[in-house]
Order: sequence, then C-alpha cells, then structure tokens
Amino acid sequence: MEKLLEEFSLGLFFWQTVLFGLLLFLLYKFAWKPILKAVNDREEGIKNALDAADAAKKEMQNVTADSEKLLKEARAERDALLKEAREIKEGIVSEAKEQAKVEGDKMIKQAQATIESEKKAAVAEIKAQVANLSLEIAEKVIKEELSDKKKQQKLVDDMLGDIKLN
Amino acid sequence: MRKTFFTRILLVGTLLLAQFTFAKEQEHETEEHGKDLKTEIKEYISHHLKDSHDFSLFSYTAENGEHKYVGFPLPVILIDDGLQVFSSSKFHHGETVAEVDGNHYKLYHGKIYKTDAEGTINYDEKHHPTNVKPLDFSITKNVVMIIVTGALMLWLFTSLAKSYAKNNGVPTGVGRFFEPIILYVRDDIARPNIGEKRYKKYMPYLLTIFFFIWFLNMFGLTPLGINVTGNIAITFALALMTFLLTNLTGTKDYWMHQFNPLGDSMPWYAKIPLYIILVPIEILGLFIKPFSLLIRLYANMQAGHIVLMSLIGLMFIFKSWLGSPLSFGLAFAISLIEVLVALLQAYIFTMLSALYFGFASEDHHAEGHEDDPELVHL
Repeated sequence: MEKLLEEFSLGLFFWQTVLFGLLLFLLYKFAWKPILKAVNDREEGIKNALDAADAAKKEMQNVTADSEKLLKEARAERDALLKEAREIKEGIVSEAKEQAKVEGDKMIKQAQATIESEKKAAVAEIKAQVANLSLEIAEKVIKEELSDKKKQQKLVDDMLGDIKLN
Repeated sequence: MRKTFFTRILLVGTLLLAQFTFAKEQEHETEEHGKDLKTEIKEYISHHLKDSHDFSLFSYTAENGEHKYVGFPLPVILIDDGLQVFSSSKFHHGETVAEVDGNHYKLYHGKIYKTDAEGTINYDEKHHPTNVKPLDFSITKNVVMIIVTGALMLWLFTSLAKSYAKNNGVPTGVGRFFEPIILYVRDDIARPNIGEKRYKKYMPYLLTIFFFIWFLNMFGLTPLGINVTGNIAITFALALMTFLLTNLTGTKDYWMHQFNPLGDSMPWYAKIPLYIILVPIEILGLFIKPFSLLIRLYANMQAGHIVLMSLIGLMFIFKSWLGSPLSFGLAFAISLIEVLVALLQAYIFTMLSALYFGFASEDHHAEGHEDDPELVHL
C-alpha cells in the first residue's frame, strides 16, 4: 500500500483526467454519436424492411384468398347457370313432347273421325250403288221376264203365291 | 482474415525479438560494470514499470564507457515558485542536476526533487529522500502515450463515423473490424447490464474506456517500455470516473437501496439493529466497487509486464543451450496470453462499469419481478 501511494503521481492523474475527459467529449461528439446513430438507423432500416416484407406477404395472402374466393363464387355461379339452363332445356323438351303428344292425339282423333266419316260415306255410296245395281238387275230381269207371257203369268202367280194374304 | 492473423503472430514475434535484443544490450552493460546480473535485471524491470520524464527507446554503453540513450526528451512542468517549464534533457537521465531560474532539481528514482547546486539528496532512516518534491505536471512518457492513443482513437473512430456517412450506413476498411466490437459493447455489455431504457446514456463512456484501456494495454506489449494501464494514477483516474458517473446518475431507487436496503419488508424498529451493520456495508460497497476496478487493472497489467520481462531476463541468467530457448519459448507463450489479457482486462473494466451503472439505474428496488415487462401487464 505504501509503495502504491508512493507510486501515485498527481501530475499523471491530472493529465489522465483532463485528457480522458477531452477524449471522451471529442469521441462522443465526432465518433460515438454518429456511429451509434448510423448503426441504429441501419438496424431500424432492416427492421422496417422486414416488417414491410411481412406486410407484403400478408397482403399477398389476402389477395390470394380473395381471388380464390372470387374463383369459387364464379364457379358456383357457373354451376347454377348450367343447372338452370339444364332445367329450362328439360322443361322446354318436356313441354314440346307434351304438345307433340297432344297434337298427335288430336291428329289421330281427327284422322279417325275422318276415316269413320269416309267409311260411312263409302258404305252409304256402296249401299246406294248396290241399290242401283239391284234396281238395274231387277229392271233387266223384269224386262226379261215380261217379254214372255208365260213368264209374266208365272211371275204374277209366284208373286201372288208369295203374298198369300197374310 | 487468415493472412492478417498470421501477420499479427509475426508482429508479436518481431516485437519479442526486439525485446530480446533490447535486453541483450543490458547484458553487455552489466558485464562491463561488473554488477550482479540479477540485481541489474530487477532494477531494469522496476525502472520499466515506472513512468519516466523522457521517452527513451533503448540505452547502451559506448566503447569509451559512456552511457548512450536513444530516444527523445519530454517537457517538464513544475509548480514551484510559479510555473517552471524546461526540457527533461537537462536531467541527463538523472545523472546531472538541472538548474532553472536559480532553482536546482534532481531526478531520483523517477521523481523530481528540489536540491542544492550539488544535487545532494538527504535521506531519512528508512532511506526515503526528505527533499522537497515540487508539484510535477510534466508531460511524461505515459502522458505522451495517452495523447498518442487518444489521437489514434479519434482518427480511427471519426473515420469510421465518416465512412458510415459516405457509404450509406456500411462501414469500410478498418471499420469492419471495429464495428462488431462496438456492437458487442452495446449489445452484450451495455444492454443486458444497464437495461434498454437507460443504456444509451452510458454508451459513449463505455466505448471510450473499452478502447482506451485495450489500446493502451496493447501498447504495453510493444518493446517501447510503455506501462500506462499498469500505473496506479491512471487506473485511479479511470475508476474515479466510473465511481462519479455511477453515483451522479444514480436514481432515487438506487439511493433508497443504499440507505434502506430492506425496503418496507419489516417495521422500522426491527430494521434499526440490522441497519447499524447493513448501511455501513452498503456505503463501504460504494467505494469498494471502483476500488476493485482500479486494483484489478493495475495489478493485472503490472503482473503481466513483470512476468514477461522476468522470463526474458531468465534467458541471460541461464545462458545455457537448454534454459535460454526454454525461457524464450515461455516468454513467447506468455506474450500471446498477454494479448488476450489486454483484451480481457479492457472487457472486465467495461463490463463491471456497466454493471455498476446498471445498479445506479434500477427503477424498482427489491422487487425484481416488476422489471419484467411481461409480468407488468398481469
């Protein structure tokens, strides 16, 4: 301890304090302040850039989600449209079929009615022709019969015999 | 990177070689004077550890037996009947008496004493000089080294600051080496010990002492015979600065902790008997903390220099083909360790200063969990 005290130099202590204080001040002003500020700014810049990248990533995710949602909606809409179209088509087809059936039925009925009336007309005509032919035949036969007296007599007799006075 | 490391090893090797040749000069001197080699080495070491009034690089004895010193003198500033300024060359390395304005001064064991014209020094019974010691504010070797180191630091770090401005926040050149160290001081010394809120205030001081001590320690490893950080006045000044900063910036809670260490945990009448012991211990602690700083740095650097020089001195004592290379190898290994110690001591001083600043910055005494930001919200 005595040796330490003996070694202690007031002058050196004075110069050390003064010079160190000066050095501290100068370094603070011209070195540490700008250095620490630059380092801080740089770190802040890096942090901001990272934050911005993170935000961009989030935004990107949002955009992707949005577009996916839109796509889904569009797909659903398309499906709905297709379904509707199919329903409309089916309705039209079935309606047409029905109409066709009704029309067909109507036509068939008409045809049948026509056929019936034609048939009736034909039958009536045949009947008339048959009557005519019978009359002509009868005329011819009568003409023939009446050409001979005997025959005529016979006829009258036959006829008279047929009548038999009921 | 590898190359620079290699060149650094080479550099250290060269420095050691220089020391080797330096010591060799001593040996010749000794033989011619017929002095005991061991005493000579011991004196040389203790001389080297002291501050000196001139910047001598080495000395030798010329063929005519005259002592030759290579170096340059430094200004001596004394306060004795006003200011006395003269060159230390007047002392002729303590061999002659300097006469300034009718006053006579003599250099004796690194200290300046006022003497008569013949330079007689009177001793008391313990062989201590009883002559008057004028107040000595000389620019000594250590002061020169402080100025050199300060200039070096100013140049290095202002150029680093400028390189940031020039290159948009990216360091260039030597700054690439120093920037990680600055960041280390900030992120691993200041932040964890002082806390996010207040660390910025102490950063300039922590950075300055770290580099100041480290550079001076490294200068101490050169063969120029510099021992600034191993000087008690220097370490005292540094520790005093930490002491003043700690106590002048101390918060209310810090002082509460000093004088009321137990807080509100027990009634006042129970605290009285405890505080009779506790408070003096706390107050003593205020002074012991910086005192340990000054002694640690001083003793480490002093011891390193003594060990290194003793090992080099051993080479000349052994003078054998086995002993001398052995002590040379040892000296080489120790100087590599000293490079590490130089950094380590700077780190420890800075670290402990930061720790003390941390104590002075505490906001809530005794209840540590309140400092935890996550628990504050609970």
